[in-house]
Amino acid sequence: MRRLLRDGGHLLRVAGLFAAGIAAFVVLRGILVPSDFGRFGHYRAGALADNAKRPVRFAGKTACLDCHGEVADAQKGSRHANVRCEACHGPLAKHADDPGIAPAKLSAAHLCLTCHRATVGRPAKFPQVDPEEHAGGVECTSCHRPHHPEQEGKS
Amino acid sequence: MTLDRRAFFGTAGKYLIVTAATAKVIETFLAGATPEPAAYAAADHWWAMILDIEKCIGCGNCVRACKAENDVPLEAEYFRTWVERYHVRGDDLEHPDVDSPNGGYDGFPDKYSAGDGARTFFVPKLCNHCAHSPCVQVCPVGATFVSPDGVVLVDKSYCLGCRYCVQACPYGCRFIDPRTHTVDKCNLCYHRITKGLLPACVENCPTGSRMIGDLRNPKDPIHAFLREHKVQVLKPQMATGSKAFYNGLDGSVR
Repeated sequence: MRRLLRDGGHLLRVAGLFAAGIAAFVVLRGILVPSDFGRFGHYRAGALADNAKRPVRFAGKTACLDCHGEVADAQKGSRHANVRCEACHGPLAKHADDPGIAPAKLSAAHLCLTCHRATVGRPAKFPQVDPEEHAGGVECTSCHRPHHPEQEGKS
Repeated sequence: MTLDRRAFFGTAGKYLIVTAATAKVIETFLAGATPEPAAYAAADHWWAMILDIEKCIGCGNCVRACKAENDVPLEAEYFRTWVERYHVRGDDLEHPDVDSPNGGYDGFPDKYSAGDGARTFFVPKLCNHCAHSPCVQVCPVGATFVSPDGVVLVDKSYCLGCRYCVQACPYGCRFIDPRTHTVDKCNLCYHRITKGLLPACVENCPTGSRMIGDLRNPKDPIHAFLREHKVQVLKPQMATGSKAFYNGLDGSVR
């Protein structure tokens, strides 16, 4: 050790340079890399919260049924029983938050045919019609109830 | 100067250890306290998707719902999820006619005639949320990753827009958002599933062709589905650990 101190000045200078470099790297890394980087893996853990932050547009059927429970009864036993509200009614989270915001009126003819217009490629078991042949221009809802299509009448 | 090799290594080693220890101390000091975890415990979940081709009617509800929920640009180049129509003639699995007009956003205008001797079906596509994802492996900055709950997410504040991941994804699920010039893709509606809601596409699928399941929840119906159906993932030869399980997948689907 004594010999190193006496003869090895140049080595100590290099070692000092290395130490300073490493210290500068660690300090800079500490400043530039967010503290939560690497908590779960090679990424910023806060990105999970960022992804979860976006506002919800579709409220979800549970939220709808909080107020419109009677629709679930209307759907019971029908082939539309498992169709969730917003699949036809559109995104209504704003309406769910503030019932004063009225949902837009729906166009039954367009909505029904989105799924039920006969198209090659749709599973054979799925009910589908040629609207001209099936109804000849008569509105779907004059015969079918959208919430329970097997029954006649409105709603 | 007389310094033998043994003494040199000994001394240099001591200095190295001291430097490393100091670095560690400084790093721990700078890192500070870790933030509080949220109520949703990511590590308790492992999300997967089921896509039942035998139920898909190609209505495009999922595509419209996804774009509305996630502010995806409406142009025909940008999709987090889209639907393809396959038209396969008999045994010619290698040359199917595939089309996806506007990703299925406007539905599928009738193009084929019934009884033309081919089979026609719809295939919904989205990020496969691979457990061993190629897109994650190529990201140079840690901007895309598999979350503890098995969702491939993008950190938009880290993304450079280098497009490596866009090329690496074998399923074509990524695009560069023209507004932010960062990558975007399906995040399984992370803002919804962490609140106990269904992803927008699942919520809006009228036939139940799309389902989400939590593989870490033993009570989740996904286990029964996987037990009772013969499912397949896209491009299994890529060994991506895909978690988008297709029921009734035709061999022609790429």
